[in-house]
Amino acid sequence: MEEELKSLLQDVESLQRSQTKSPDSIDEMQQKVVRIMNLAKTGASRRSKVKDMSAEVVDSNPYSRLMALQRMGIVENYERIREFSVAIVGIGGVGSVAAEMLTRCGIGRLLLYDYDTVELANMNRLFFRPDQVGMTKTDAAVQTLSDINPDVVLESYSLNITTVKGFEIFTESLKFQGSQKSGRSTGVDLVLSCVDNYEARMVVNQACNELGQTWMESGVSEDAVSGHIQLLVPGETACFACAPPLVVASGVDERTLKREGVCAASLPTTMGVVAGLLVQNALKYLLKFGQVSPYLGYNSLKDYFPTMEMRPNPQCSNLACVERQNEYIQTKPARDAAAKVKVEAEASAATEGPLHLENDWNISVVDDTEMETSNASSASGALPEGLTHELPSADKYPESLVVGEASPVVDDLEDLQRQLDALNAL
Amino acid sequence: MEGWDRNTKSALTQIPLLSTRAGPRDGAAWTQRLKEEYRALIAYTSMNKAGDNDWFRIAAANPEGTRWEGTCWYVHNLRRYEFALQFDIPVTYPATAPEIELPQLDGKTHKMYRGGKICLTVHFKPLWAKNCPRFGIAHALCLGLAPWLAAEVPILVDSGMVKHKDDEASSTES
Repeated sequence: MEEELKSLLQDVESLQRSQTKSPDSIDEMQQKVVRIMNLAKTGASRRSKVKDMSAEVVDSNPYSRLMALQRMGIVENYERIREFSVAIVGIGGVGSVAAEMLTRCGIGRLLLYDYDTVELANMNRLFFRPDQVGMTKTDAAVQTLSDINPDVVLESYSLNITTVKGFEIFTESLKFQGSQKSGRSTGVDLVLSCVDNYEARMVVNQACNELGQTWMESGVSEDAVSGHIQLLVPGETACFACAPPLVVASGVDERTLKREGVCAASLPTTMGVVAGLLVQNALKYLLKFGQVSPYLGYNSLKDYFPTMEMRPNPQCSNLACVERQNEYIQTKPARDAAAKVKVEAEASAATEGPLHLENDWNISVVDDTEMETSNASSASGALPEGLTHELPSADKYPESLVVGEASPVVDDLEDLQRQLDALNAL
Repeated sequence: MEGWDRNTKSALTQIPLLSTRAGPRDGAAWTQRLKEEYRALIAYTSMNKAGDNDWFRIAAANPEGTRWEGTCWYVHNLRRYEFALQFDIPVTYPATAPEIELPQLDGKTHKMYRGGKICLTVHFKPLWAKNCPRFGIAHALCLGLAPWLAAEVPILVDSGMVKHKDDEASSTES
């Protein structure tokens, strides 16, 4: 295209010099303009939207390989993915790649949150291109993602969610249901946290606890060689504030954990792996296949992938978390009944009658749930011999010790403001 | 608290501690918290003035008390370097500390996050977390900003990244 433009410029220059034989060269220029327009058209060839996901195996079908998941018996109904809305907070090394994965999977709607702009220092990670430097990350992401898959509804929110104003917009946008009817209480099915700092994670935690919104947290360590993903269901699993940060819990000096200087390391590989683990877990959660991991760690140096489960803390400092926990406990009978019905249905579907007529050794099947409850009761009550609880088992932390200590002196906000202003003016 | 100098330690013990665990979205409880913030700031400012160690001005920039603006200064080689100071109270306050910003120094040092947020991760955030909700804005200035200025301003001045305002004026005139 550049060459064409250059030759056009030369033609114009020569036309200026010799105005005698103009008609011919003007014709030539017209042809060139038409060629350039055609070139521009082919450069911006975007596919049109697809109404229904088809499983037809042809080169032109963007969803044939995804719909094949149904034929392979992995996913029952893949096309449901178009009904789901996912919010991604933090469009950095993990969030942008997660957004691209979900876009290519044909997710219904994506909400993108970030306050930052694209910089050249981001180019060691995936997704963003050097020509997008200076754009907001959300707008740059929308530009690329809408080209890749025009079927996805993309919403871009360039704001800082930790400020009071930003938080309001954040929660309102999560709540907004739109025109489509769905069974969910908020406007999204899942929130993915791909932020890089503690403050922002605590804000996502706060919003999701208040809304009762299931979310997944992700993170990559500062030295770029390990990461994790975690599923957080308010009331059911531990929230992000349930366990205190390591420095508070253990009293270790944080200088032993973090090296000097602000600039964290990052690798496109680790970020890509964590984004992949995160979106895989999200797809399993949304499309209901496989097991959704409650926590999955990734240590790249030893290729070690630990998993674990975390129960909520009844003394969690986040009040919304404690409220969700109480709601969850109250709905326990209903959940148990539903589980029992399901088990019974499965049992009746299974073949009846004993498999073996003889049972010389009196082998019998013991109910798993009974074992579990007996274990749980021993864990909560009496400990095995030789073990003691480190902390007393109080349900409430006695926090009302210092209340009313300094209050009687001055108790008028304006008066206090004036006092500080007076000090400032000196 | 080992590793802190004696002056900071003695100043810290004299700043009144706070008791209300409330953030900007908690209505009346936030007003109560704000009163405690003011009391601590008044005590700390008057203490600094009495000790001839005045080094900042700060005031709420909105009626809700969620945004604060002011100035801070540091004396290096007998010259005073002054910087604008600002921060927002995060919605998850006081579980998370305010992120103190010195916008004039944005991009001049790598001990800073985007937008001029000073790095508090190592020397201050663990202390804040351990002392939640007893620490407030005054404590953040005393234990977060003051040591940062003491560590960074001499380096910034000596390396020429920050110039004294008198030198700047003369260099633009000539």
